[in-house]
Amino acid sequence: MISAGRAYRRRKITNAIMSAAAALCTLVVLLPLFVILLFLIRQGAGSLNREFFTHLPGAAGEPGGGMANAIVGSLVLIGLAASIGVPIGVLGGVFLSEYPSSRFGHVVRLMADVMNGMPSIVMGLFAYTVLVLPLRHFSALAGGVALGVMLIPTVMRTTEEIVRLIPQSIREASLALGIPQWRTMARIVLPTAAAGIVTGVMVGLARIAGETAPLLFTAFGNRFWNWDLLQPIAALPLQVFAYAIAPFDDWHRQAWAGALVLVAMVLLINIAARYFTARQVRLR
Amino acid sequence: MFTRGATRNGDVVFQRLLAGAAALVLLIIGAMAIALTVAAWPAIEKFGLRFIVTSSWNPVSGRFGALPFVYGTLVSSAIALFLAVPLGLSVAVFLAELAPGWLRVPVGFLVELLAAIPSVVYGLWGIFVLIPWVRVSVTPPLQAALGFLPFFQGPPLGLGMLTAGLILAIMVVPFIVAVSTEVMRAVPQAQREAALSLGATQWETTRTAVMPYARSGIMGAIFLALARALGETMAVTMVIGNVPQIKASLLAPAYTISAVIANEFAEATENLYLAALMLIGLVLFVVTLAVNIGARLLVSRVAGGPALMRE
Amino acid sequence: MRRRSGWTLALAAGAVLALVAVVTAQSMNLTGAGATFPFPLYSKWSQVYDAERGVRVNYQSIGSGGGIRQFISKTVDFGASDGPMTDDQIREAGGRVLHVPMVAGAVVAVYNVPGVGPGLNFTPDVLSDIFLGKITKWDDPRIAKDNSAVKLPGASIVVVHRSDGSGTTAIWVNYLSKVSSEWKTKVGEGTSVEWPTGLGGRGNEGVAGLVKQTPNTLGYVELAYALTNQMAFGNVRNRAGQFIRPSLSTTTKAMEGALKAIPEDYRIFFTDPDGREAYPVAGFTWILIYGDQRDAAKGKALMEFLWWATHDGQKYGPPLLYASLPKSLVQRIETTLRSVTTQGKAIL
Repeated sequence: MISAGRAYRRRKITNAIMSAAAALCTLVVLLPLFVILLFLIRQGAGSLNREFFTHLPGAAGEPGGGMANAIVGSLVLIGLAASIGVPIGVLGGVFLSEYPSSRFGHVVRLMADVMNGMPSIVMGLFAYTVLVLPLRHFSALAGGVALGVMLIPTVMRTTEEIVRLIPQSIREASLALGIPQWRTMARIVLPTAAAGIVTGVMVGLARIAGETAPLLFTAFGNRFWNWDLLQPIAALPLQVFAYAIAPFDDWHRQAWAGALVLVAMVLLINIAARYFTARQVRLR
Repeated sequence: MFTRGATRNGDVVFQRLLAGAAALVLLIIGAMAIALTVAAWPAIEKFGLRFIVTSSWNPVSGRFGALPFVYGTLVSSAIALFLAVPLGLSVAVFLAELAPGWLRVPVGFLVELLAAIPSVVYGLWGIFVLIPWVRVSVTPPLQAALGFLPFFQGPPLGLGMLTAGLILAIMVVPFIVAVSTEVMRAVPQAQREAALSLGATQWETTRTAVMPYARSGIMGAIFLALARALGETMAVTMVIGNVPQIKASLLAPAYTISAVIANEFAEATENLYLAALMLIGLVLFVVTLAVNIGARLLVSRVAGGPALMRE
Repeated sequence: MRRRSGWTLALAAGAVLALVAVVTAQSMNLTGAGATFPFPLYSKWSQVYDAERGVRVNYQSIGSGGGIRQFISKTVDFGASDGPMTDDQIREAGGRVLHVPMVAGAVVAVYNVPGVGPGLNFTPDVLSDIFLGKITKWDDPRIAKDNSAVKLPGASIVVVHRSDGSGTTAIWVNYLSKVSSEWKTKVGEGTSVEWPTGLGGRGNEGVAGLVKQTPNTLGYVELAYALTNQMAFGNVRNRAGQFIRPSLSTTTKAMEGALKAIPEDYRIFFTDPDGREAYPVAGFTWILIYGDQRDAAKGKALMEFLWWATHDGQKYGPPLLYASLPKSLVQRIETTLRSVTTQGKAIL
């Protein structure tokens, strides 16, 4: 019988220990997050007033000034990056899941991992060479492209892994009903995988939202409002970086406030994305 | 090509679209590799393969070598993965298998937030909080217990390889957790039920039914984390000490490839200097390629090929 | 159905954005890039000048080298650098290149020695030997000799330098090269060098942070960082034999002392100058412009801005801890600014 006995008790104890260990690890992982957020809040929350969200950057050492243009700029850049990175990433990931053992697929997968490992500054230089030099000026577009290219590998690999795990039976059922392959993928498989794909996109977006190096030579930054995608644009990480390395305490506080806003922004995008994908019909 | 099973126009177009997207990725990375090589050419001509085994980095005299940076990159990433993989997988197990429903979404969000913190913030937090903490609370007990090993010798500065590995671990953990959790969640319930019905405990179910099924996905998550660790720039350069040297001690300052490129690119205006930086970027490209291929070989040898179980 | 409406919405939003971008009229915009050191001041100038004249000057700090490169590529209207361009770079830029000094800054020796207050005295040879790694302890007799009133501990000196290339480094190593022939031959100068000893901090902020956090350190940062971070910094003996405390006034004295040596194109590090009260480790930050402006409208806006910056703009320097240019130097700069032409005609 599988119930009573010393061996069973040992297994139960192991189970309890492992569960406790997993919970403990979760706390350990969350600890730095709380420490850093606390640090940011303590240093920067005081600077989060209405002016911060509505004004342009002010001068050093003087009260006032905000990061309104940087907040909007970051949203624009994230939007551009997502519009490049998500379609290519998802389609590429679906490809990899459909043809997992093809030689071409292996090479693409390997190269995607290598691309992921390139320092972000190299990505920025690539976009600089391709989009800034020929046009002779910096632009939001170049920044969006640099960030979008960084997003592709993360989305691609995550999509591949998630879509691969969708049970074959679902696909077969759909095909058996006469639904063409592309429709099966688009209307049935992908929506089922949507939550997982969104996770991959969110983690990727979170990371690129905070990147400074690729924007230095592409989006460049802007003290003023700018709606032209072919001109330099402000961005939160650039502004945070510029303020954080300056000598003035007032700017430091604004830098931490900016970082807080960035984290909050990513959180909100995350919540919004999950809300919208949850409304899809799922066959889970 | 790649139009297996496609019978109608929609299917063919779709398959071509997919292949096109994948090919685009190859195109981009190919263009990057070419651009890097072209930019690095003056340095390739001057140094050749010696570049990889030389240890000096002297912008004034024009003597450049990549060895200490390769060492720093590999060791700091290894420390990061060594810490992040067990931790990350444990959290993923917690989120996917153990946590009550109301806890899953918030905790999942929180872990993903770790990825949202800008790397420059990690770096500055590293200087003001992590380095003093490591110097005061981590290094002394470490040296007391393991100081006889060459890995833990040297003055406790607080910054260095270990601290860089720590901060990288924090930065890559969300990737492991997010992807592994999703992959584990996608494992069909039938697998779990089968194990449970055989009398397995929750932990045993996870170990025998869920994880093997999710193994390929977890591997993918680890590769993502590895890539992130190899390429991270800002946070590392602020806590690693930026000294191009090769020391056995993890407490010694070091330097990584990404850090040196980020630090010196803006000011490198002579052609050879710039080419040397581009060349070291190319070296990172090759190192990343080699590490990825090596890891894949290791996985296939240990696991008998990335297991792909379909119903 | 729902998804289709979502796509339509996205397309419509995109079209509106594009339309707004096209229709929005642009006021006169000038773009500049380069050194991080003057960023706070140029920001202030940007704000004031926009309010006064309606011309928008967008300056971003991507590093002096980045500024030079963008200037050569002509992706910006002006560059900014803490280190002068080399002859090769000027050749690559094509055309006449002008370096216009804007303000100056001092580079100070900051330290964190438990029990020791500010105002340690350093002689040039002591400083160079510390950075060469030849003097390794704080209680070395050569340091104690000039600081008889201070009790120095027997701890090892931890040197902190910059890991990123920078004008601050360029000024510091230029000074060391001038006062120590061993430094000059062994290490040399530049925005990045191979340091014989020490840790690398990223940016002035990184060095300041490391020195503040780590005991027994000695590093170098711009004066502004030492003051705002309330760090202990030392006095350096100048050519006249006086131990000088770095400050805005002693920096201006350094510029005055070096005036005769400043060449016509202003490309000089004026470290170790003459002058009884001159602080020996200071340097200019320049704005780089082409002597012949291609775009007449932009050229006019740019020259008017630079004129304003070297005159009215100077008063914003000291509150932000920059040393303003002495009057005699401004007079020379006026002649230089007047020499800038567009299509053959002088602008100002």
